[in-house]
Amino acid sequence: MQAKQKLVVIGNGMAGCRVVEDILKRDADRYEITIFGAEPRVNYNRIMLSPVLAGEKAFDDIVINDEAWYRDNAITLHAGRAVTGIDRVTKTVTAQGGLSVPYDRLILASGSDPVRLPLPGADLKGVVTFRDLDDVEQMVAAADAGGAAVVIGGGLLGLEAAYGLAKRGMKATVVHLMDVLMERQLDSAAGFLLTEALALRGVETVLSAQSEAILGEDGKVSGLKLSDDRVLPCSVLVMAVGIRPNTALAKAAGIGVARGVVVDDQMRTDDPDIYAVGECAEHRGVAYGLVAPIWDMCKTLAAALTGDEGSAYGGSMLSTRLKVSGVDVFSAGAFAGGEGCEDIVFRDAGRGVYKRVVLENGKVAGAVLFGDAADGGWYFDLMRQGADVSGIRETLIFGQAITEGLSGLDPSAAVAAMSDDQEVCGCNGVCKGQITGAITAQGLTTLDAVRGLTKASASCGSCTPLVEKLLKLTLGDGFQVQTGPAPMCKCTSHTHDVVRRAIVDGRLKSMPAIHQALEWTTPDGCASCRPALNYYLICAWPGDYQDDKQSRFINERVHANIQKDGTYSVVPRMWGGMTTPDELRAIADVADKFAIPAVKVTGGQRIDLLGVKKDDLPAVWADLNAAGMVSGHAYAKGLRTVKTCVGSDWCRFGTQDSTGLGMRLEKFMWGSWTPAKVKLAVSGCPRNCAEATCKDVGVICVDSGYEIHVGGAAGLHIRGTEILTKVATEEEAMWTICAVVQLYREEGWYLERIYKWMDRVGLDSIKAAIADPDNRRALYDRFSYSQRFSRIDPWAERVAGRHTEEFNPLSRRLEFEPA
Amino acid sequence: MNALVKEPAILWTDVGAVTDVPRRGARRVPSPRGDIAIFRTGDGAVFALMDRCPHKGGPLSQGIVHGQSVTCPLHGRVIDLATGEGTGADKGHGCAPVVPLEVVDGRLMLGVVGG
Repeated sequence: MQAKQKLVVIGNGMAGCRVVEDILKRDADRYEITIFGAEPRVNYNRIMLSPVLAGEKAFDDIVINDEAWYRDNAITLHAGRAVTGIDRVTKTVTAQGGLSVPYDRLILASGSDPVRLPLPGADLKGVVTFRDLDDVEQMVAAADAGGAAVVIGGGLLGLEAAYGLAKRGMKATVVHLMDVLMERQLDSAAGFLLTEALALRGVETVLSAQSEAILGEDGKVSGLKLSDDRVLPCSVLVMAVGIRPNTALAKAAGIGVARGVVVDDQMRTDDPDIYAVGECAEHRGVAYGLVAPIWDMCKTLAAALTGDEGSAYGGSMLSTRLKVSGVDVFSAGAFAGGEGCEDIVFRDAGRGVYKRVVLENGKVAGAVLFGDAADGGWYFDLMRQGADVSGIRETLIFGQAITEGLSGLDPSAAVAAMSDDQEVCGCNGVCKGQITGAITAQGLTTLDAVRGLTKASASCGSCTPLVEKLLKLTLGDGFQVQTGPAPMCKCTSHTHDVVRRAIVDGRLKSMPAIHQALEWTTPDGCASCRPALNYYLICAWPGDYQDDKQSRFINERVHANIQKDGTYSVVPRMWGGMTTPDELRAIADVADKFAIPAVKVTGGQRIDLLGVKKDDLPAVWADLNAAGMVSGHAYAKGLRTVKTCVGSDWCRFGTQDSTGLGMRLEKFMWGSWTPAKVKLAVSGCPRNCAEATCKDVGVICVDSGYEIHVGGAAGLHIRGTEILTKVATEEEAMWTICAVVQLYREEGWYLERIYKWMDRVGLDSIKAAIADPDNRRALYDRFSYSQRFSRIDPWAERVAGRHTEEFNPLSRRLEFEPA
Repeated sequence: MNALVKEPAILWTDVGAVTDVPRRGARRVPSPRGDIAIFRTGDGAVFALMDRCPHKGGPLSQGIVHGQSVTCPLHGRVIDLATGEGTGADKGHGCAPVVPLEVVDGRLMLGVVGG
């Protein structure tokens, strides 16, 4: 019998042992096998360290091969002995303690090392990585002492570490450089849900955070300092910022190394007797860090080493699952495709589910599942097979069971095939039979009638199409689709009213929260719903909600009006239309200094500087600010101008101080955001020189007091105002006007002017709301509270350096290079 | 992605970090042929187009970025970031030329043809 070939494996981890298992399965007698492991223990399932940390599993549960396996298969294991060198001439490996072992074939399965950030204080006691059982034991020891833990890195491993530490009773905080957790696997919608779910499990998240230094006391970690000077105290700090293939041995032996040890499709390095698998290997430019591709590599290598020279590894598609109990997250493929890409989104607010499948030319290109990841494997299979899914597109997002159950049926037939006790409306628990029963028994013909009687589709409305299909099915041609209030946009079936109510009642405080709770059908909204939701959130949660500038139309993002040539116009505020020689001189100087091509007087009694280059805006504002002027918000869905006449100050007919009231109104109300633009005017007598009766809110002063008018317009539509009420004092005029504007702020649909809102809700309802003194007071108070956060000059903020990136080009490196 | 094959005729210039472009936002890079707009979607994908709407030349970099499209700030035309073409009814009515863009180690490499 021929002597067995000597096979040496460097690495007693998942790849090293797996390849040996695969070889033994194919040909148990071929090799005399030696395995070197740097860790002093048998082979265990490294990816299950997270449950060990969380206390959900013990080390014994995650051992893959115990000592008996090595003995039974006659494998020599050198555990706890790191290999120190490979001699390719004599074909031997040397390990700690001078041990030297010859090989015929050598497999490098040395895995990877965790990246350690070179931060000051990184060598303090209590700063650990998350790679092996020693790390877990250190973390468990720290957790036993209680206190706080900080994890740097919001990827898979970092989150699992933080969850484990929180589970062991620590206050855990994840610090992540990016603005979305697991940003390589998740889209921002799923990232948001994950942040929320982790918070419920005691893991706080700090996003877009740059770590600056690790602080210590007596040689032990005491906290992490961020670049914005925040300090997060902690008694243990985990660095989970990535892995680096362990290539030191290969490099020292002169084997070809790039990011990892470079291998061909048979996992062979540039030395024909040396192979590499697992995280230390680099195949076709990719070094993998997940387990599935490693299994594929091991299989190929085992085949190659047992005589199957035809086996080849062609690279792997990746999928990811997060191992945090009760948080089901799956991700595979890409979400940012090119032409021909299409998103299918499903949300179930009640169950906290978000699913997104990206199709590219009729095939699955990627999937993100949150809250219910049961179909992850199915989507991944469809993706790997490159299967054409256009035939099952309608039901694809509902998963494998439903899709295969209904295959071959068209959508109506699918509804017909539903059993009577199958639930249609999840919110109100209404089954198909109850709906069809009510339609037949009561002779119902409209959606509203069905909603009224059965409550089906009366809450979130997402089953509306299904209920309509049932009506159609039951009534045949007798059913006519009703036209109700239009949905906000194509991302939702909800109307503006429903959305606004849900924001307040459901205490929804961010856009992703609205998207999930109201089951948006797109991942992050569209150009029409985003500005609307941003306004609704600002209105509902003043001081609490952070304005999202990316959801603002350009004019409100840069606080100037874009013109047809891409330049901007700048209109400083002139309170009540009053100005001074100093202000006028400053405007003239600015126009000269920045060569502003046009200066025009506006209809709102102010001065418009036209043709300002975007890059110049902050400097223009700085000069206007220096002369005491602030933004006129001439670009805003908000308070624009308060036009006045000279009133009793100068005019021989003036009955009240109309200029004074106008200035007072403007000084109190400026900066407020509203559904659409709001223009005010105050006329000192019924001759109405300030044209108050075609403004959104107008005041006509009379001898006995102030007439308050609402709902005028002089633009696309021309409308005279309606009289709202008459009050005796200037004080009451202020209260009333602020109250009616607040009512409009709370009830108006985005982009709906006051006159349209008035037509919709009726003047009487507005009158009634204002006539009740308590209600008027409450509206005024809410307006006034909101103004505490709004009366801030956006120009001065930007002069002081806010959002400089908005005004500066990304780079000027191409500016003067020849094209 | 605008994953173009590197050709010697293209001169690649590092114009900044991917994270310098806000998610659901855009930045401008002035060039002798006019501004180039670099977009970053909510999913973090980046695209580059000449900063001129095929409709009336509006600066696309100033629009609202949603999904994989941008809405022009002047008249609301919706442009596909991958192709520079209008979407829906606006398809086939001209396009904003695509500029080669690659991401290398988190840096934005903009390609100028004939450099």
